[in-house]
Amino acid sequence: MPTVAKGDGMRGLAVFISDIRNCKSKEAEQKRINKELANIRSKFKGDKTLDGYNKKKYVCKLLFIFLLGHDIDFGHMEAVNLLSSNKYTEKQIGYLFISVLVNTDSALIRLIIQAIKNDLEARHPVHICLALQCIANIGSKEMAEALTKEIPKLIVSGETIDAVKQSACLCLLRLFRTSPETVPPGEWTQRVGHLLNDQHLGVVTSATSLIHTLAQKTPEDFKPCVQLAISRLSRIVTSSYTDLQDYTYYFVPAPWLSVKLLRLLQVYPPPEDPALRGRLNECLETILNKAQEPPKSKKVQHSNAKNAVLFEAINLIIHHDTEPSLLVRACNQLGQFLQHRETNLRYLALESMCLLASSEFSHEAVKKHMDTVITALKTERDVSVRQRAVDLLYGMCDKSNAEEIVAEMLSYLETADYSIREEMVLKVAILAEKYPVDYTWYVDTILNLIRIAGDYVSDEVWYRVIQIVINRDDVQGYAAKVVFEALQAPACHENMVKVGGYILGEFGNLIAGDQRSSPMVQFQLLHSKYHLCSAPTRGLLLSTYIKFINLFPEIKGQLQDVLRNNNNLQNADAELQQRAIEYLQLSTVASQDVLATVLEEMPPFPERESSILAKLKKKKPNVSDIEVVKEGKKSSNPPTLNNSAANTPEATPASAPVPVMAAAPAPAPVQSASDDLLGLSAGPAAAAPVTNNFAAPAAPAGGGGLLVDVFDTPPAQNNVSTALAPQAEENFFNMPSGETAPSGDASATELDGRFAIKNNGVLFENELLQIGVKAEYKGNLGRLGLFYGNKTSYPFQFFTPTVSCPGELASAMNVQTKPLDVNTVEGGAQVQQIINVECIADFVDAPILSIKFSYSGSMQQINLMLPVMLNKFFEPVEMDATSFFNRWKQLSRRPGQEEQKIFKASFPINSDTSRTKLLGFGFGLLDGVDPNPDNFVGAGIIKAQSSQVGCLLRLEPNMQAQMYRLTLRTSSKSVTTRLADLLLKLF
Amino acid sequence: MSPKFTRKGNNGQNYPVCYGEHVLGGGVIRLWCRHQNLCTPRWIVGNYYISIDVRGSTQQVVKMMKFMLLFSRQGKVRLQQWYSATQEKEKKKIMRELITIILARKPKMCSFLEWKEYKIVYKRYASLYFCCAIEKGDNELLTLEIIHRYVELLDKYFGSVCELDIIFNFEKAYFILDELMLGGEIQETSKKNCLKAIAAQDLLQEEADATRNVLEEMGLP
Repeated sequence: MPTVAKGDGMRGLAVFISDIRNCKSKEAEQKRINKELANIRSKFKGDKTLDGYNKKKYVCKLLFIFLLGHDIDFGHMEAVNLLSSNKYTEKQIGYLFISVLVNTDSALIRLIIQAIKNDLEARHPVHICLALQCIANIGSKEMAEALTKEIPKLIVSGETIDAVKQSACLCLLRLFRTSPETVPPGEWTQRVGHLLNDQHLGVVTSATSLIHTLAQKTPEDFKPCVQLAISRLSRIVTSSYTDLQDYTYYFVPAPWLSVKLLRLLQVYPPPEDPALRGRLNECLETILNKAQEPPKSKKVQHSNAKNAVLFEAINLIIHHDTEPSLLVRACNQLGQFLQHRETNLRYLALESMCLLASSEFSHEAVKKHMDTVITALKTERDVSVRQRAVDLLYGMCDKSNAEEIVAEMLSYLETADYSIREEMVLKVAILAEKYPVDYTWYVDTILNLIRIAGDYVSDEVWYRVIQIVINRDDVQGYAAKVVFEALQAPACHENMVKVGGYILGEFGNLIAGDQRSSPMVQFQLLHSKYHLCSAPTRGLLLSTYIKFINLFPEIKGQLQDVLRNNNNLQNADAELQQRAIEYLQLSTVASQDVLATVLEEMPPFPERESSILAKLKKKKPNVSDIEVVKEGKKSSNPPTLNNSAANTPEATPASAPVPVMAAAPAPAPVQSASDDLLGLSAGPAAAAPVTNNFAAPAAPAGGGGLLVDVFDTPPAQNNVSTALAPQAEENFFNMPSGETAPSGDASATELDGRFAIKNNGVLFENELLQIGVKAEYKGNLGRLGLFYGNKTSYPFQFFTPTVSCPGELASAMNVQTKPLDVNTVEGGAQVQQIINVECIADFVDAPILSIKFSYSGSMQQINLMLPVMLNKFFEPVEMDATSFFNRWKQLSRRPGQEEQKIFKASFPINSDTSRTKLLGFGFGLLDGVDPNPDNFVGAGIIKAQSSQVGCLLRLEPNMQAQMYRLTLRTSSKSVTTRLADLLLKLF
Repeated sequence: MSPKFTRKGNNGQNYPVCYGEHVLGGGVIRLWCRHQNLCTPRWIVGNYYISIDVRGSTQQVVKMMKFMLLFSRQGKVRLQQWYSATQEKEKKKIMRELITIILARKPKMCSFLEWKEYKIVYKRYASLYFCCAIEKGDNELLTLEIIHRYVELLDKYFGSVCELDIIFNFEKAYFILDELMLGGEIQETSKKNCLKAIAAQDLLQEEADATRNVLEEMGLP
């Protein structure tokens, strides 16, 4: 036993502790404890005259036994009795027992509260302190209700000694945290603020904690504290370490108070008063300067305390996010720490830099440290530091460095700790999708991801790659090729089989020309994996096979054999059995035409927030905040969409198309048949995308749009649900609500591209409103039907759409708008408006639709461009080769009649697609005019009221160079230019 | 409306950003000019955006210490102080898991780790581990120094403290901690003041013991 002079009041306790320590075995210890418990029990029960000292001793023994990890189910009453002892040490032990052992819902709580009440009114401040400390440590709702009134008085009274004030502040803080409603604001709140000026730094420290929490709740009440806090902080940071005497910690003046003040300031925006703001910035600069000074002590405590203040100052700088110079300085400072020999500092620097990466001012400065961070990822020995490095790389990633960062993360993933793999997989998948160098790179990346860490690839990730491949026809052939190669690996992950099966089922035909990947080879490759896969994957493969029957009629027999196989026809798994039977039947009874319709290629998925991002947010809730801020600041997307989408069940691709189907206005017969065929709700999640195969082809029957959706904005830029679209299959681009500036070039460009070859679709959608458009054109006349759908459950009032023709357009176009019958759009309702347009002369800009309405009391305004382009007034012309060449020659005499452009293809060159696009654009295609069958020759007339302009076109694709040469000849220079512009965006 | 505050753009020029703001418990609502893309647009009214500063609300997280644990290299708990109401069962589970994790870590590793919703800050002094759980976003380095200050106080009080002192005088270890920390917040950072308070307590105890000895000598219980 150590010889301690002080605090050694209880001999019996010391003996007991020694006994326990001398026990050789667990059993012996248990025996000794049981003996002691029995002894104490009998003492408490029997001897009524047990004095305070003995009571204290036994309660203390119980406490010790409890700390050893044993349950204590008696003695509480005795401890409560000790509270009313007038001996300080007995009281103290009573309070300790209660703080450590008594549950806040204990039956004794009333007695305890009464005892505390008595002590709060005690004469001796140490007794008051004991009571306050007890509340501060275990304060419950009940205590708050009973005791809150007393505490503020203690804090603001001039008679209270400093130690009591300190405890009272933290006591009130505890009660406020437990149940804020019981702490009434009053006159005391103001006076608490003035404690920031107190002489005693201990009081200031405690008060600052209290004020910080109160100010979070009601910032306005404590606004004057900003000034007090800044001047206090300024006095501290400029003081020399000797000024503050014992509040200087290893040569750092009052680090705890400084940190608390800096944190209090983070509740508020930067001060408006320039003088105050200047003073605060001076403080921050001083703190940054001090970090550069040579250390006053070699002790780690000195550097820790100094850097603790520095990091909190950086937090404040990041919070304000208004001073570029401070942000960059902070970043440089952290950059130095990245290579510090202290692991702790490296860890913290990585963490803080992650926040800096989200500020637009310091993002570039952070990027400079990429190499260091990558090195950290490779060389740090501590996984928690590596984790921070991953976070930071994710945070600093943008278009410019995505390729490198993703490559590094992928290579690290091979050796990464199991604990962080899943999160890393999500991060890589998100970055690859957000900043694709090109889509082949994206596909490569995701397939690598599955190869390296297949087990950690969640469903969302492989759903997403399929969505993207389906939505982007320029990558489909490539995707088919690489999945085919990936599947050839002797052991490949089941997720790879899923992706491979799905993609080959859709686009296997694109690589079937090659003998090495002929239909039969593809089928055999997939089928070699079949028996190793789980039931959901097998179900998916069965769907691939039925799709193959459509794609490759030549191997129909073999495919049917598989379906007919007893293993499948009589499979114990009902889903597999049903699929096998129904697919077999479908392939036997349906004609090739029906098969082709039912099994047609999937239409594009509606664009929405990446489901992976939603998953990451769920996994790390605090990530989402940074993410939202970052998105809001850097990209032009309204992040609200991200937020709301994160929790909707629609966020996964598996369930996405279901609402689309439900909303399709006229379900085609095929669709309902397929419903019955599969049973939509049946099957596990993995089977759901399969179901989509069948749901999808039905939709085009309902709408007059083109079958190939040739355009898709990159997914990360678009968050749209087409659930309410009049033509559900048409997934057009949408302008995010915040971006509807009528003069926006970007929107105009996209509008041209999207609607140049289509007449119907969703023109606009945000969380409130969806606008669909249907248009018909004949000659120089056009009629647009606009459908305004209220997506909310509340009415839009004063709903007034108006159409205007800005600038020159006014003279080139006549627009007549039929006013709406009603000016209120009820929740969930849709109203229709007809707009008639007449083309008078050729034009460039589109008319602008501006919509105003009041939604739950606030006025909303949306400005959009109507999809009315010059080529809408195009009529195709048929002619033979001779007359074509005659006119072609005629149209080259005057300057401006011809426009020739040679340009790189933005989309893969595909003869069928190009044909569809040109037809959709309005040209009549003249086959056999050009000796080269790959070239297109077309003719048409622009029908404006004032003039009719004949147009001739020649489009020569160059497959090898992936280039086009476009030659346009018309009789009007402005028409030539405009049409060339429109066409350029299509190819 | 005139801009409430301006901010320097990348081109070094000041331009108006925020036209007004209202600080609420849940964050900051700001009114922005519509052509700025710097904020988080939520609603559009005429030519203005209204935004909610998300980071305002992340600041709402209570930043206090959740609990402090002292345990030996053998994994025996020597002191536990919980600053938020936790069920006994849950406490035991947390302690068990955390002790296993920390004992498995190598000496040169970082003193901080993310664990569940907490950030764990720990440091080893001789045979004892001192471990604190704080909120994410709280100041890790300063928490490390709270631990150090506590060790200093123990050391000063017991005179080069060792694990045994804390075992035999566990109640004192609690009392000293209560002077330093209260309800998860630092109360008194001055070493001198803390020790003065503890000394005052001992004085009261000695008085009590003295009285008791006198009474015992007189043959009274």
